[in-house]
Amino acid sequence: MSESEPNPMDIDYVSNLARIELSEKEKEKFRGQLGDVLKYFEKLQEVDVEGVEPTAHAFPRYNVWDKDTAKKPFSVDLALQNAPKSRNEQILVPKVVED
Amino acid sequence: MSSSALVEKTAFDLSHLLANKEVSSVEIAQACLSQIDRVDEQVHAFLHRDDQDFLAQARASDERREKGNSLGPLDGIPVALKDVISVKGQPLTAASKILQNYISPYDATVTKKLKDAGAVIGGRLNLDEFAMGSSTENSAYGPTRNPWDLNCVPGGSSGGSSAAVAAREAPLTLGSDTGGSIRQPASLCGVVGMKPTYGMVSRYGLAAFASSLDQIGPFSKTVEDTALLLEIISGHDPLDSTSFPTEIPSYSSAINQSLKPCVLGLPKEYFGEGMDDEVRNAVNLAVEFYRNQGHEIVEVSLPTTDLAVPVYYVIATAEASSNLARYDGIRYTTRSDRAQNAIDVYAKSRGEGFGEEVKRRCILGAYGLSSGYYDAYYLRAQKTRTLIREDFNRVFKEVDAILTPTAPTPAFKFGEKSDDPISMYLSDIYTISTNLAGLPAISVPCGFTKGNLPIGLQLIGRAFEESSLLSIAHAYDREHKFGCVTPSLVKE
Repeated sequence: MSESEPNPMDIDYVSNLARIELSEKEKEKFRGQLGDVLKYFEKLQEVDVEGVEPTAHAFPRYNVWDKDTAKKPFSVDLALQNAPKSRNEQILVPKVVED
Repeated sequence: MSSSALVEKTAFDLSHLLANKEVSSVEIAQACLSQIDRVDEQVHAFLHRDDQDFLAQARASDERREKGNSLGPLDGIPVALKDVISVKGQPLTAASKILQNYISPYDATVTKKLKDAGAVIGGRLNLDEFAMGSSTENSAYGPTRNPWDLNCVPGGSSGGSSAAVAAREAPLTLGSDTGGSIRQPASLCGVVGMKPTYGMVSRYGLAAFASSLDQIGPFSKTVEDTALLLEIISGHDPLDSTSFPTEIPSYSSAINQSLKPCVLGLPKEYFGEGMDDEVRNAVNLAVEFYRNQGHEIVEVSLPTTDLAVPVYYVIATAEASSNLARYDGIRYTTRSDRAQNAIDVYAKSRGEGFGEEVKRRCILGAYGLSSGYYDAYYLRAQKTRTLIREDFNRVFKEVDAILTPTAPTPAFKFGEKSDDPISMYLSDIYTISTNLAGLPAISVPCGFTKGNLPIGLQLIGRAFEESSLLSIAHAYDREHKFGCVTPSLVKE
């Protein structure tokens, strides 16, 4: 990637990574808009971050443990109440293995 | 007391009226419901109501009080929640079509804390879909309108939460703030809104947008009410591993102790170009007020200010693209009827279920995290985030709070920024840095434009020093109470 001119985003490739189907109209619109946003992001390439540690959390906490005690989980009915398709107390999905 | 007089009361006043048995919780709840009936067709702050459940909670509160078992100052006070905070048995849509049928199977920790305090929880408040936006125009169920001018946006993403307080539909509401989503709508609607320090309020049961930035916080008419609500919802929660173990003092007592002279910093980068003149004048008057009260005003510098928006949009979209992967059409979302195979279920369900801005951000986030771009975008943004934190750490060695406008302009018109993502993103320019640094910040109403639109003042405090920040904010708010001015559109 060059420093000044970012690669235009390959919208087909990235929308597939994000697992979001886009219409042709959306692709066209996003291509322009996201191109502008990426240009705006270029500001970051000028920052001197040599030797700077990244921040993932403002106040990081490490090794947060929970007591190893059994808790009452959701009932099957409650766990499945929002599933779009279910059968025999299980979530129904399309077949994922090849014949 | 008349219904219209009740809805203009602060939670603090309602609490006293309840304690003195001058009013019942059911009367307060009915007053809110009749106000919603009267104005919400225009304002559209609410996505869902459950009046029966709402009144049943109010009746239960009255019964407790009758028996002398009141649970405290919030017992019997209505609180409405942004539609990203789980309430068991109630819908949660996040203003998205993909969650249109979702019913929460459990309570968020804040919901549980409110229930334990006796609060009467009712209504689901509108927002930008998944809290992505600054105008509430991104709601799949139609925008909320600003009670001060129905042609203007209420701000966002918690626009329903701010508009409901401004329209006197609820005395207290909760929202969530990832880059200004509490403070900016509070500013645009003329109410108080606060984002606590990251880790003060549990995120358990909040539909996640950007986990390292999201915080739940209160909306109210006054700083005093915000203090009251904040002390109930704060505190360590083992169910949120980022929740911080720290003592929660009584904020509502703390703010009424006499305030020692403070040093307030004005960041020169915030007072530059792009700020509306009327906003500048109102904020300058607030600065004068503090100076006249004996506080010291100093200019400070936050040189990384112009990097905050790009850093935020790299980090927030990256976290969002990962967080929103859970809306997959499998377990608890709508599923596309066109889906033939597993990949289809994901891509088509998300393509149909997500709105435009959510798609845009998930794609942008996936790009920033993708192979070949991770170092240039995500990692570099995280390193720059460190520089932004260091800026604030340095300034807070000299000052007790930082004073800025909350938003560069008053409420803007519908459609004005909706097709220009960058211009919309810049409406959060004064609020975004504090999320990146994890700091607490509050928006307090500080006057009106000539066109009668509210203006907000932002105060940013040191991490975990909410008492001090609220005290400084209360010193101003107690003398001005701009949040107690009712918009004429919603008056009876």
